[in-house]
Amino acid sequence: MRVPLSWLREFVDVPAEATPEEIHAALVRVGLEEEDIHRGELVGPIVVGTVLEFVDEPQSNGKTIRWCQVDVGESEPRGIVCGAHNFFPGDKVVVSLPGAVLPGPFPISARKTYGHVSDGMIASAKELGLGEEHSGILRLTELGLDPAPGTDAIALLGLDDVAVEVNVTPDRGYAFSIRGIAREYSNSTGAVFRDPALAPALLELVEAPHTGFPVTVADQAPIRGRNGCSVFVTRVVRGIDPTRPTPAWMVSRLRLAGVRSISLAVDVTNYVMFELGQPIHGYDLAKLSGGITVRRANAGETLTTLDDQVRKLSTEDLLITDESGPIGLAGVMGGAATEISDATSDVLIEAANFDPVSIARTARRHKLPSEASKRFERGVDPLVAEAAAARVAQLLVELGGGTIDELGSSLIEAPAPSTITLRDGLVSALLGVEYTPEEVRGSLEAIGARVEASEGAFLVTPPSWRPDLDDEPTLAEEVARLVGYDRIPSILPVAPPGRGLTREQRMRRAASTMLAAGGLTEVQSYPFVSAATHKRFSGDAPAMRLANALDAEVPLLRRSLIPGLLDTARRNLSRGLTDLALFEVGTVFLPEAGKAYGSDSLPVGNAHPGDDVVAELNAGIPPQPWHVAALFVGDRVVRQPGEAAVPASLVDAIDAARQLGAGLAVPLRVEQGSHPAMHPGRTAEIFAGDRVVGVAGELLPAIADDLDLPRVVALLELDLNALIELGAREVVTAPISTYPAATQDVSLVVPMEVPAGDVLAALTEGAGALLEHAALVDDYRGQGIPEGSRSLTFALRFRGPDRTLTAAEASDARLAGVALAAERFRASLRE
Amino acid sequence: MSEPLITESRVAEAVDAALAAIADAGDTSALKSVRSAHLGEASTLAKLNASLRDVPNEQKAALGKLVGQARGRVNQAFASREAQVAAEEETARLAAEAVDVTALPSRWNPGARHPLTLLMEQMSDVFVGMGWEVAEGPELENEWFNFDALNFDEDHPARAMQDTFFIDPVASHLVMRTHTSPVQIRSLLERPLPVYVVAPGRTYRTDELDATHTPVFNQIEGIAIDRGLTMAHLRGTLEHLARAMFGEEAKIRLRPNYFPFTEPSAEMDVWQPNAKGGARWVEWGGCGMVNRNVLRAAGIDPEEYQGFAFGMGIERTLQFRNDMNDMRDMVEGDIRFSQQFGMVV
Repeated sequence: MRVPLSWLREFVDVPAEATPEEIHAALVRVGLEEEDIHRGELVGPIVVGTVLEFVDEPQSNGKTIRWCQVDVGESEPRGIVCGAHNFFPGDKVVVSLPGAVLPGPFPISARKTYGHVSDGMIASAKELGLGEEHSGILRLTELGLDPAPGTDAIALLGLDDVAVEVNVTPDRGYAFSIRGIAREYSNSTGAVFRDPALAPALLELVEAPHTGFPVTVADQAPIRGRNGCSVFVTRVVRGIDPTRPTPAWMVSRLRLAGVRSISLAVDVTNYVMFELGQPIHGYDLAKLSGGITVRRANAGETLTTLDDQVRKLSTEDLLITDESGPIGLAGVMGGAATEISDATSDVLIEAANFDPVSIARTARRHKLPSEASKRFERGVDPLVAEAAAARVAQLLVELGGGTIDELGSSLIEAPAPSTITLRDGLVSALLGVEYTPEEVRGSLEAIGARVEASEGAFLVTPPSWRPDLDDEPTLAEEVARLVGYDRIPSILPVAPPGRGLTREQRMRRAASTMLAAGGLTEVQSYPFVSAATHKRFSGDAPAMRLANALDAEVPLLRRSLIPGLLDTARRNLSRGLTDLALFEVGTVFLPEAGKAYGSDSLPVGNAHPGDDVVAELNAGIPPQPWHVAALFVGDRVVRQPGEAAVPASLVDAIDAARQLGAGLAVPLRVEQGSHPAMHPGRTAEIFAGDRVVGVAGELLPAIADDLDLPRVVALLELDLNALIELGAREVVTAPISTYPAATQDVSLVVPMEVPAGDVLAALTEGAGALLEHAALVDDYRGQGIPEGSRSLTFALRFRGPDRTLTAAEASDARLAGVALAAERFRASLRE
Repeated sequence: MSEPLITESRVAEAVDAALAAIADAGDTSALKSVRSAHLGEASTLAKLNASLRDVPNEQKAALGKLVGQARGRVNQAFASREAQVAAEEETARLAAEAVDVTALPSRWNPGARHPLTLLMEQMSDVFVGMGWEVAEGPELENEWFNFDALNFDEDHPARAMQDTFFIDPVASHLVMRTHTSPVQIRSLLERPLPVYVVAPGRTYRTDELDATHTPVFNQIEGIAIDRGLTMAHLRGTLEHLARAMFGEEAKIRLRPNYFPFTEPSAEMDVWQPNAKGGARWVEWGGCGMVNRNVLRAAGIDPEEYQGFAFGMGIERTLQFRNDMNDMRDMVEGDIRFSQQFGMVV
């Protein structure tokens, strides 16, 4: 809401010396959000001039310019070149003299043009920021003005006004008006407030008879049981002179408030809406057929709105109709057929009050957010309609030369606000501040509530413009904000003893810390993926889909963290960062095939829906486990003096898994695996026990190529929830033997296709408890080894728990291991 | 009768020769030769020692002593020289092994946590330190938890203002949570009273990415429901957090505002004493006393229990706390960004 300060000052005694910033701050103190300050962009000297005479001078470029002599109140007239032709000798115009600055900024200076020195510029309405009209210069007679030459035009046209802009929270519809803002300024500063709706001249007009115009409200399908229209006031003004201009001060205020001038009648309806917060619709009375009926649309009905769009109506849409059919979408937009035009002289003014829910739905359905719908959605004071209709009539009489007719109507069926019992001490108990009864009462009266003392409570009836005040805490907030939030003290509450982070939370942090310590950089990527990316990495598994994705090409929610890491890698590579080790810990969205998610309906909000219903809502939410993923590209160790480069590969991906397994106390093992997006020979499935917990592999080179990535991109993705679930809860320690170790190597020749991990497992199992540690130290193929076989050398470390092993004991254990490997894999000892 | 084999002059001569050789030996291999020439079995002293067998008994003691002392002197001189040579050789070797420590290769690369996750953890830990617990909930939520239970009426403008991502089909009532507040209601439904929890996490709104907006962002939310909690406790809690994050001079200012799930509601500003460019007030988040309808939705009697809730953006906090200008740096994953932080935010 933009508030021109000259307007604000009409209704509240703002100190003359108050700066826009101070006024802004006063409004913010009572709960309006600070937005901006809008100042005129004009710098003088910009003055009134009288065109004394001019000569039309045709130019070689085909244009004809006017060489004008203009009296700007100085001893001598000034010579000014002008390209427009819509003025006559004797016209009063606005002249920007050298030194002036027009919006743009466009500084004016005396300059040579078309063979003359033009000593200033005659301004158009658009150049002054007064409107869109640029076809000619602004003739002040058209605004009904006849000032003396030399008069300051900036002040004359109200172009020196300033507007403060505040953001109005959705509970405060009344603050979408100068009336409401003035009241809040008064609440904040104590300045005297004069309610414009109660201006004596206006009250007199309200009392003047206005009956006989037939209005019927027949809401055949109220939404959520609420009647669509509770107030409908009409007034008629006849004989308006459609050629009368909108006065400059009104144009200026409307412009500062954010709307441009259209015509006097339309400008007046907008002006009153801003002033009193009551949306107004004006009809060309001559175009109406019979009386008005407010009803819901019938199925299949259409309406051409005044933006010339044909709207297909819903049976929830509330309509204004006459005998010809629909003539307006109530509270949202009028119809084209009854619109006020350049020729309208008789106007029917509508000031109505519509159900916020109905208006909100219609505005959303037809994508027609308007100044009117914005106010109705948030609640308009139902009791201001009469004053607003009278105010429009008053202005049309004053400015348009019309006369008020006795024809009109006033249907007012708005329910009175309910009285709230505000128990003594409640406000203090909520705010933690000791308020006196006088403070409570005084604050509530200041906002316009009626307050009666009762046994142990105040009976508070909120004013008609505050539908948001409906229980004790809402009243408590009013007291707190008027007295000031600064009164609230600072007390640290003592929570009951907590149990610290959960195991899952600690483990997730540990996983991130380990990877970062291992040289990986954490990233966070968006979880949105395209259908093609999803298919590439997750195949035919189902994905949750956004109904309103920002990019229609990427509407799916990730099942895997890998696409996000690949995107991030590409971005880094494009910035010349070629050696990358990245990781992300994040959630993925894993709907199950064939399962429908969500709920058909929603329980009401202000009551516990029952455990069964809560359980049902939860069952309709797809699983969203935490995953951890890593990506390696480029060199793991870069080339340096005395050190060859070590390129990133599957080794790094598996090592990262190993690191996580070791850290989270869950033994992992790898098996040869496959993945649609990974290298068929360089992919490992990762197991914890018998459960697959993830995959490591190198990106399929064709995909890497497609994504402009280097040929080798090593990837890892693990189900972090599973790792944590399978990890040891608490480690049970084994006794540490301090007897000497016996170390022996063993080389086994095995068929090429037997995985070394399986041989190691057999060796370990066969060797039994005395084998403390075994590791593969060599993988040899070639001379001395039969074709199709390889020789695997393992380093073994034996130790007894309670004695020093003899060489024979160690050798027996070793041979037992070899025997099992031989039995399982045709392994033989290499001679 | 030949001349006695062992004479003082012979012994002295052998000792002198040995000592001279020892003194001359410059390295380990020279010492080795010296040892075999002057102390080995074929050495003069060894032979003299062996010839003690033939010495008449009455001379044995005196001559034995003479030879023994001579061998002792030589052995001692040898050991001393040997230690000296070894020390010299080790010194030379260490000198030869010297490297340019500024030119060594590195096998480790610096990794880093993301500052947003670090900051969430750090803020959470302030509350854990007060006995609060950290609660979590799904990012893809049912609308009831995200809106209805939080007193966002289905037709209230506040609901439309949330710029919500809806899951297809819209009639399934699933959304990407627009705030971490659904965790409030989940905590109240699932935990025994009193409840003191914070909920950090990812949230979503349909804002295009630019310098100040991102469709995916992080918040931390807190809720405390107990007997007798007031807005003074809210201020105290926020002030404690502010001091932990911004130093002992930090403080909180509350301004009236509106949120469906709190009443009274406030916008909170924090006094940032150590801001680059000078201490200042900064908008930090929203807060208030939990709306009675939220308590009712969780089956809690608002006449018995009341409490407060608050929430702030992690991105925004990082922006003003760490003097960052562009939101895009936080979401693009440029490793240079995170690596400025390491493990510290």
